[in-house]
Amino acid sequence: METISVNSVSSVAQNAGRSLWSDALRRLRRRKTAMFCFAVIIVYFSIAAFLYAVDIFHIPLAVADWSRQIGPEYQPPGAKYIFGTDFLGRSVFRKALYGAKTSITVALWASLISISIGVPLGAMAGYFRGIIDQLIVWLYTTLSCVPYILLILAFALVLADKTLDVFGWKIPLSGTATVYLAIGLTSWVGICRLIRGEVIKHKNRDYVLAARSYGAGSGRIIFRHLLPNVFHIVIINFSLRFVGFIQAEVILSFLGLGEKNSPSWGAMIDSARLDLPKGYWWEMTAATAAIFVISLALNVFGDALRDCLDPKLRTE
Amino acid sequence: MLSYIIRRLLYTIPIVFGVMLLTFVLFNVVGGDVSDQIAGRAASAETIAEIRAEYGWDKPLFFNSEDFFDTQFFNHLKNTATFNFGRSWADRERVIDKIKRGAGYSLALTVPMFFISLAISVCISLVVAFFRGTWFDTAVMLLCVAGMSIPYLSFILFGQYFLGFKWGLFPVYFWPDHFPVQYYLLPVLVGVVSGLGGEVRFYRTVMLDEMRSDYVRTAFAKGLGTASVLFKHVLKNAMIPIITQVVLAIPFLFLGSLLLERFFGIPGLGYLFIGAIGSRDYQIVGAITYIGAILYVIFDLLTDICYSLVDPRITFD
Repeated sequence: METISVNSVSSVAQNAGRSLWSDALRRLRRRKTAMFCFAVIIVYFSIAAFLYAVDIFHIPLAVADWSRQIGPEYQPPGAKYIFGTDFLGRSVFRKALYGAKTSITVALWASLISISIGVPLGAMAGYFRGIIDQLIVWLYTTLSCVPYILLILAFALVLADKTLDVFGWKIPLSGTATVYLAIGLTSWVGICRLIRGEVIKHKNRDYVLAARSYGAGSGRIIFRHLLPNVFHIVIINFSLRFVGFIQAEVILSFLGLGEKNSPSWGAMIDSARLDLPKGYWWEMTAATAAIFVISLALNVFGDALRDCLDPKLRTE
Repeated sequence: MLSYIIRRLLYTIPIVFGVMLLTFVLFNVVGGDVSDQIAGRAASAETIAEIRAEYGWDKPLFFNSEDFFDTQFFNHLKNTATFNFGRSWADRERVIDKIKRGAGYSLALTVPMFFISLAISVCISLVVAFFRGTWFDTAVMLLCVAGMSIPYLSFILFGQYFLGFKWGLFPVYFWPDHFPVQYYLLPVLVGVVSGLGGEVRFYRTVMLDEMRSDYVRTAFAKGLGTASVLFKHVLKNAMIPIITQVVLAIPFLFLGSLLLERFFGIPGLGYLFIGAIGSRDYQIVGAITYIGAILYVIFDLLTDICYSLVDPRITFD
């Protein structure tokens, strides 16, 4: 008798306790391809984190020293030089690893900036409506009128070599900072629009009315009640946008608006561009392959994540 | 309906003002005075003062106590409203003349590119949507995602290397003396192939929405053939999202393709823009950014007005 009641209680708890997140996670785990892609993404992030650790703690490691000449110039890939060497005899493999660090840094910062602009603005516009809504909608409509790539390039151009003045703190903008600021400041429009629409839908639901009737203020309702309920949209959006950020970084670095003191995939393509007609194909191929693998993994994983987190959006 | 059109027209005024404000903040406030860069290292103070006077950098940004309207901001509003963008730093040519000259070259590249890729991706997506859920669908979708993951630069560089340089099928670089059509073949091909993955995926979802409708089931039930259902019924109903895509793509067609033009030496607006970024020519970058935004505003307005003419249910929100 006792065991039965315990069982029934635990089964009720199981049914009731499965949140959106744990449910999505369960569905995601069943997809083998998506989990493999997730592993690939983790590998890229680990490489970036590892290179940061090497830089910070000054670990003397051969792999982490990309600027050293390891052999004669233009050696093809082989047992001795994994991806070959470039025009100064540096290892293409090491440069590709550092490219991962640059790309992931840029994409992470860009995501962080555009989330921290787009999400609060969208939530405020949807929650307060009225004049605040009109101002915010005006702001993002204006930004979205300018063709995206022109806007990024224009931002990157005027921000390059500037010094940022934050309350008396002078922060010189390095190449990487220029790139992620340019991408971040231009890419918050999409998420702002989505969050605004979703908040308008949620605003009059019972849980928000209940919170208000308890006397919760606007800030508390927005950040404690509304945002957690629409946050899965942010996750979906950014798992799919991350690829775009990486590709934008490649184009900006290629055009010479990005990082100049450490390797990036865009700069690798730029320097390999003139090597290609001479038959030195490996640097170009290594950069392409590095971008291709993480883009593919992010695309597949992002799609799977969307399907699992938002059943309404599912294509099938 | 008339009131809708009038309200929609009035709504563009704050947007155009916003675009002017945005370009002003970017290029005058953040970008600012670059007269020393233009003048060069050995320039005298008078030369720099002359340049500052020409571009109006000697005036206050927003507020002038003597003459309220004689500020950089009001001059910027006046100049952009009349499409007067001053002269380029590099060769002193008027920016608007450069833009007019480049637009033709850009359109010659982007118009065929856009319509070829539209036709191909709509056809493929129809077929794929018909075979939804089968191995064929999965395989094509996998190819599309793979195509979307290859960096754009690699498409261009490898395409140029193999098709143009190594196998000699196409000329590698633009040369204005000759009959120009052949120089457009390779960039158009590269542009179409690189964009195909994303477009097929997009139109497939459009087609899938249509495929689920009752009229498709009815058409099959009354014994129509696959081809007739796909190309007569589904395609006609999918026309609305397709036309929206086409109209909103038009402003981008004018602006050309930045990287393609740069690599294949086509002297259009993309080439001009990237060159201006290299030489830090704010005048040109600002002008093209502004014109791109204004074109977008105009075509967005036209789309909405066309919709309101076709569909009386639409109201201004």
